Amino acid sequence: MIMAYELVIGLETHVELNTESKIFCSCGGHSSPKEPNDCVCPACSGMPGMLPVMNKRVVELAATAGLMLNCEINRYTTFDKKNYYYPDLPCAYQITQLNHPICVNGLVKVKTAAGERDIRIKQIHMEEDAGKLVHGGNSSFVDFNRTSVPLIEIVTQPDFRSPEEVVTYLGKLKSMFKSTGISECEEGAMRCDVNISVREEGSEKFGVRTEIKNMASFEAIDRAIRYEAQRHMDALEFGTEELVQETRRFDDVSGKTFAMRNKETEADYRYFPDPNLMPIVIDDEWLEEIKANKPVALDEKAEAYAEAGISDKEIAMLMSEHTVAKLLDDVIALGCNAKDAAAWILTDCAGILRKAGLKLKDLSITAEGLSYLIKKVDEGKLNRGAAKKTLIAVIENGADPIAYCEEQGFTKEIDSSMIEAVIDKAIESNPQAVSDYKAGKEKALMAIFGACMKELKGSGDPGQIRTMLIEKLKN
Amino acid sequence: MKYYAEIINEKGAIAVDDTILTKDTLSTAGSHILEGYKPLFSAEAVERLEKNGFNISGKTHVGEFGLDLVGEFSYYNKFEDGETLKGAAAELVKSGDVKAALGVDMNGATRRAAALSNVAFLKPTYGTVSRYGVISCAASGEQLGVYGKDADTVAEIMTVIAGNDKKDGTSLFESSYTYDTNADVKNAKVCIVKELLDKADDDVKANIVSYAETLKAQGVEVEEISCDFFEAANTAWQILMCAETCNNVSRYDGVKYGHRSENYRNIDELYVNSRTEGFNFLTKAVILYGSDVLSKTRYNDCYDKALRVRRVVAEKMKELFSKYDAVLTPVCSKSEYKAYDIKDAFTKVFEESVFTAVPNLIGLPALVSCGVQLISKQFDESKLLSLSKIVERKGE
Repeated sequence: MIMAYELVIGLETHVELNTESKIFCSCGGHSSPKEPNDCVCPACSGMPGMLPVMNKRVVELAATAGLMLNCEINRYTTFDKKNYYYPDLPCAYQITQLNHPICVNGLVKVKTAAGERDIRIKQIHMEEDAGKLVHGGNSSFVDFNRTSVPLIEIVTQPDFRSPEEVVTYLGKLKSMFKSTGISECEEGAMRCDVNISVREEGSEKFGVRTEIKNMASFEAIDRAIRYEAQRHMDALEFGTEELVQETRRFDDVSGKTFAMRNKETEADYRYFPDPNLMPIVIDDEWLEEIKANKPVALDEKAEAYAEAGISDKEIAMLMSEHTVAKLLDDVIALGCNAKDAAAWILTDCAGILRKAGLKLKDLSITAEGLSYLIKKVDEGKLNRGAAKKTLIAVIENGADPIAYCEEQGFTKEIDSSMIEAVIDKAIESNPQAVSDYKAGKEKALMAIFGACMKELKGSGDPGQIRTMLIEKLKN
Repeated sequence: MKYYAEIINEKGAIAVDDTILTKDTLSTAGSHILEGYKPLFSAEAVERLEKNGFNISGKTHVGEFGLDLVGEFSYYNKFEDGETLKGAAAELVKSGDVKAALGVDMNGATRRAAALSNVAFLKPTYGTVSRYGVISCAASGEQLGVYGKDADTVAEIMTVIAGNDKKDGTSLFESSYTYDTNADVKNAKVCIVKELLDKADDDVKANIVSYAETLKAQGVEVEEISCDFFEAANTAWQILMCAETCNNVSRYDGVKYGHRSENYRNIDELYVNSRTEGFNFLTKAVILYGSDVLSKTRYNDCYDKALRVRRVVAEKMKELFSKYDAVLTPVCSKSEYKAYDIKDAFTKVFEESVFTAVPNLIGLPALVSCGVQLISKQFDESKLLSLSKIVERKGE
């Protein structure tokens, strides 16, 4: 009989932080340079005589990520050197955190069809990225653009029980970091090592663990876990092979995992404290500052949005771009209704952007500009058509919304006597439509209404005009 | 004696050890592995000197990465059998061709060289002089210091180079320091450590005794005391020094700059052959020792224990300085050394470093002059310079 098995998975996730400069030098950070070795200095290319100098922003972003994942922030945090030789590692050591990582003991809730599960975060540590090897012809080339780009590594306890939970967790991290600007989470900016073992359901003891290294896409992670889990279960159930604790890599083409050379797993990295970097002490004042500047976490934000009546789909869209989420927050802060504001951004603006071949993240309107339009429409001082015209001018030509509305006369104050005059004139010049309407053809109203709107050049509240027109026609 | 690995400006007043970077001129730390290496920037200390109107004369020979006794094992400057060993920078300062020289004190080589050439060398308090641009080996204890003919010259140059540098994360906050050579030291108290004196030969002992007599004649109180931790401190420093050096020189792999073996078929051979050819026997010994003390199985018993010894030594020295202003010690066990086989170097340097290790281990200032060493608590350089000046005056 086939046993019931349980998957046990732990994750180590590397996330590239969105900083202006690298972690230990002043070279540009995440912004992708065009040419290899464009973004390199003597420090991040491992020249002698250079010393690492800590980028304070990295500490703040790492601590912020920790706060979002409900971690404790270590007030005393230190760096260690990890030694290994590889041509993409210019100093032959990586500066990372072993003994005193910046964040510990966090918790993330992961909700799947199987229910909600608590995933404990063991620690988050800061470290520098390595460079990149490019192979061509008979030679290999080294590109140091990425060396010393700041990363955080988020290590969970072995709390996942399915690939769905893993993918949900990663999606949550991604939208959390992206929506708050902690990481751009671009292609390859989030990489995962997956630790996986299988045990009989109900067993307390862990099975033999294997680690699948360095995967960048959620889809690959999902497939790799499914393959590896099956391999473990086959081994346990049918004795197809003997499981050993080892490091494996996932081959995207065959969909299989392969053992990596043992050299890799048996390496002694000879960690020791980096004497060039003084311990970082995060005092109360600094921690309070970090807390005060912490963007609202996704969970809290999503909850507030949902309460305001914004749909899950819309929330997901808003969260996918931190600039858009911030725009919405700012517009709400300026006194606009959350649901309306979301609709303006995700329907009106998004539609114009799409037509212009742009993406949501290209939306350049200021919160002041957008809230101005929303409020004017709400107050009936600007009609939607005019507002849309304004948005087009803003998005396509970079116009200033307030100035544009005034220029076009959209917001001219109009009193009801003016409207009445316009309506009278429209009735007079459209006798056919008037008689059709009076004969019961409701559609004929549009012709008269259109004539009014044309005369008013888009100013005035369409609802009010329509009501007044209908009243007049009753006579 | 060949002083220079590279001459920059024949009329320059300051020579710079080749473990210190000078922009666009060869900076090789006496090692084959850095052959042809020209840095893109100068060390902060060099920059500060140039900004203050001092020209750099050139790069003085050093033993590979400053790991040897006084500079005897440079790839670019070989000593003949039986030749008396001298440090290039120290001899150059003694010759009077330059006003002063910069050196990196990492395991005592600069201090020993100063003692053997009878010039002054100050290893300042850790963190007071930027290490930016020092070809680093043992970051936690190496310090850039100054050779000069006397205390006043050393003080003048120190004033220029010391002070906070944002490019060095271990640099202390003070933007400048004053070095007074005329501080009142009439009532100072100095101790001589018996255990260290016993390790020196009669010549060296006699020199210490005469130095002490001169101090006493000026009213300074000198006492002999017993102190049992200098050997342990030295062992701890050798462990840390080897570990950090092993790590710091691992970047010299033949991939990016410096020497690359012509004989390789793959990346592993490129590494192994370049490094085998590029490092001398002493550096290799340090690398092996250093990677051993950092290995998983030895870390707790060696590296971590050395860190703990460092803390204990700091406490013990603090206690000592509550009673004394300075400790007077030999710098080397002998007053002359002849060229020897590099295979003996590791042990020889280890043994000799018992006199010099404590200041490296816990960042204290140490001044060598008239062939002896004075060690004080942190930031007490002025006292050391002033004590030394009393003895210099006597010699005039």
